Amino acid sequence: MFYREAGDFKVSYVDDSQTFPIKFDRYRYYVVLAVAFGIIPFIINDYWANALLLPFLIYAIAAIGLNILVGYCGQVSLGTGGFMAVGAYACYKLMTAFPDVSMFIHVILAGGITAIVGVLFGLPSLRIKGFYLAVATLAAQFFLVWLFNRVPWFYNYSASGQINAPERDVFGIIITGPNAPAWATYVFCLIFLTLCAVVARNLTRGTTGRTWMAIRDMDIAAEIIGVNPLKAKLTAFAVSSFFVGISGALFFAVYLGAVEVGEVFGIQKSFLVLFMIIIGGLGSIFGSFAGAAFLVLLPVVLKVVGADWMGWPTDIVAHLQLVIVGALIILFLILEPHGLAQLWRVAKEKLRLWPFPH
Amino acid sequence: MKTKLATMALGAVMAAGPVMADLVFPSLSYRTGPYAAGGIPFADGYADYFTLLNERDGGIGGVPAKVIECETGYNTEKGVECYESTKGEGALVYQPLSTGITYQLIPKTTADGIPMHTMGYGRTSAKNGGVFSHTFNYPANYWDGASGAINYLLEENGGDLNGKKVALVYHNSAYGKEPIRTLEELSKKHGFELVALPVDHPGQEQKSQWLQIRRDKPDYVLMWGWGVMNQVAVQEAANIRFPMENFIGIWWSGSENDVLPAGEAANGYKALTFHNVGSDFPLYDDLNKYVIDAGKAAGAGDQVGTVLYNRGLYAAMLAAEAAKKAQEISGNAEITPADMRDGMEALEITEAKMSELGLPNFGPTFSVSCENHGGDALVGVTQWDAATKTWSLISEFKPTDGDVIGPLITEDSSAYAAENNIDPRC
Repeated sequence: MFYREAGDFKVSYVDDSQTFPIKFDRYRYYVVLAVAFGIIPFIINDYWANALLLPFLIYAIAAIGLNILVGYCGQVSLGTGGFMAVGAYACYKLMTAFPDVSMFIHVILAGGITAIVGVLFGLPSLRIKGFYLAVATLAAQFFLVWLFNRVPWFYNYSASGQINAPERDVFGIIITGPNAPAWATYVFCLIFLTLCAVVARNLTRGTTGRTWMAIRDMDIAAEIIGVNPLKAKLTAFAVSSFFVGISGALFFAVYLGAVEVGEVFGIQKSFLVLFMIIIGGLGSIFGSFAGAAFLVLLPVVLKVVGADWMGWPTDIVAHLQLVIVGALIILFLILEPHGLAQLWRVAKEKLRLWPFPH
Repeated sequence: MKTKLATMALGAVMAAGPVMADLVFPSLSYRTGPYAAGGIPFADGYADYFTLLNERDGGIGGVPAKVIECETGYNTEKGVECYESTKGEGALVYQPLSTGITYQLIPKTTADGIPMHTMGYGRTSAKNGGVFSHTFNYPANYWDGASGAINYLLEENGGDLNGKKVALVYHNSAYGKEPIRTLEELSKKHGFELVALPVDHPGQEQKSQWLQIRRDKPDYVLMWGWGVMNQVAVQEAANIRFPMENFIGIWWSGSENDVLPAGEAANGYKALTFHNVGSDFPLYDDLNKYVIDAGKAAGAGDQVGTVLYNRGLYAAMLAAEAAKKAQEISGNAEITPADMRDGMEALEITEAKMSELGLPNFGPTFSVSCENHGGDALVGVTQWDAATKTWSLISEFKPTDGDVIGPLITEDSSAYAAENNIDPRC
């Protein structure tokens, strides 16, 4: 009834190929943007920012990045934690070396550095595939963490090996450090997420995305019809690492403020982001959002319900969390192997016919 | 600076704003994960002491104490969530029991105007209270620990460690790396050779490190371990037949959980400490009467009297004493975090006070001031007796090498001050 193509006439090709061709979808998207930019910054407090929204936004960027590599290009990667660490350390080195430069530039440069590192570690993908590539990226994960632990230059020779984000600003508004207001950190991350999502969405709809998907679906066939596997795979690694690097930089500088590479960017982080895109939906930008929301918000919700409302002992709640999240993951994978994004797609399909299904 | 002060004041007002019925002591505990063996007894001891105060004295200065527990799992992200969710409840002092979370909270607590007590962990240079206004690490820190261990070895060797080889097995994190700088300085001063062997989180895999120890044959092994890493290390040391009396752990590697799995083989293992061990204190009579027998003990109630339980008690006792001091200074029973900070800075623990509390000779005597947030740095040594399954204090609380540690603290804290544009307060 509301959700339909009928009556929504397109008079140009640009209109016809826009991201949200259905009017209802388009308005929904504008409403989400309006709420995110226009309302939330005014009502946000420290708890909402630091416990829920910042991790969600940052993990969503990482999930989009990994989804490009795994979901669109079919190259399995377990090096996400390592690449996030590259972003974080690059951002730290830039922040301390050039204190007067805007944080925007630092974060984007950190993404660029990560893209270069990602391409280097993506080179083996030209020769190896599937599980073997996963093992090669796993090596990247361990090597990078080891490197940042081992070489004191990366952490400016501090005694503890920790990196701490000094206070930096954008146009005079403090973004990092303890005095940064909650709304500023939130908006800063939101801008990056919006940019990343728009760029990723359009890349995946264009030539680049089509070559990635061709490689994913059958690389030999893709090569025969003229797709350059070297270019396709390495661009996927570069773009993916760029996004993952941005998320690592934000994770360190804006969200945590102090980072210990082995603990924060360990192998668990790689798995967490991989689970996000598997649960959210491989090869879907919306899926990256849904997966990140699911794995960031669910533990907090369970904790609030169990420990704060019901008053159960904290250790029981923590164990229950593992049980429930684990069970939900299995349930989802059995009932909907294509992730939350597929649920969303089915729901839209149903809505299109509602209330007269045939 | 003006905006900073304004934010601080605002933070204090916001933190103090909500219901002031109780004195809130958040407990960022970890009862799950690879470090739970250490987290559980500490959290139990911390909670039980406040329960005792509430049951016996009706709280602190007539105001009941409330412990809000939040599970961090020793994970920094969950630590942030816990901090944000508890700070609005009027939290008076944070004790995260994790060096990683401490590093994160140092700037945050300072901005929010809430004091943090990192007892025997965290950032060592926080001892310089002029720079770290809201962070306290009395009565002892890691560099005191490193120096205390070396002093003990000096004593054993008649004051000469020349040509000896000392290995450091450490948790490869901010926590484990803390003592290296001090030990390097001390090795230059006393002429021993230092071999540093990192163990990665969580520390279950240590075969290669102990193989290297077996090959290098160091005279002594020091350990900076926590959680499951400790038990594995003690077991591995037993496997290569390393003499246990030459193996010394930091205070976080010296609890019952760490030595019991190795059984008889762990006999003679030593650990540093900054508080006494056992349950032979008058306070325990009250604790049994009001808390344990009354069925109000935290957790499963099976940790009473263990080393880390005692440490939790000690941490709670110091917090309660600081709160009393704060009530005395402000003349107000319902104190704010800002009062609490002043109370902590004016805290003085004397032998008379500890006896009065039912904990005679429980810890070193010390006093806190603006220049010194770290106490007087007295460190003792305990030893494990596998037959009776008890720890006993074999070396009294003795001073550490301030000549080496002092300049290092000044150097590190002034680097922090320069990075963050802090003018030392004193």
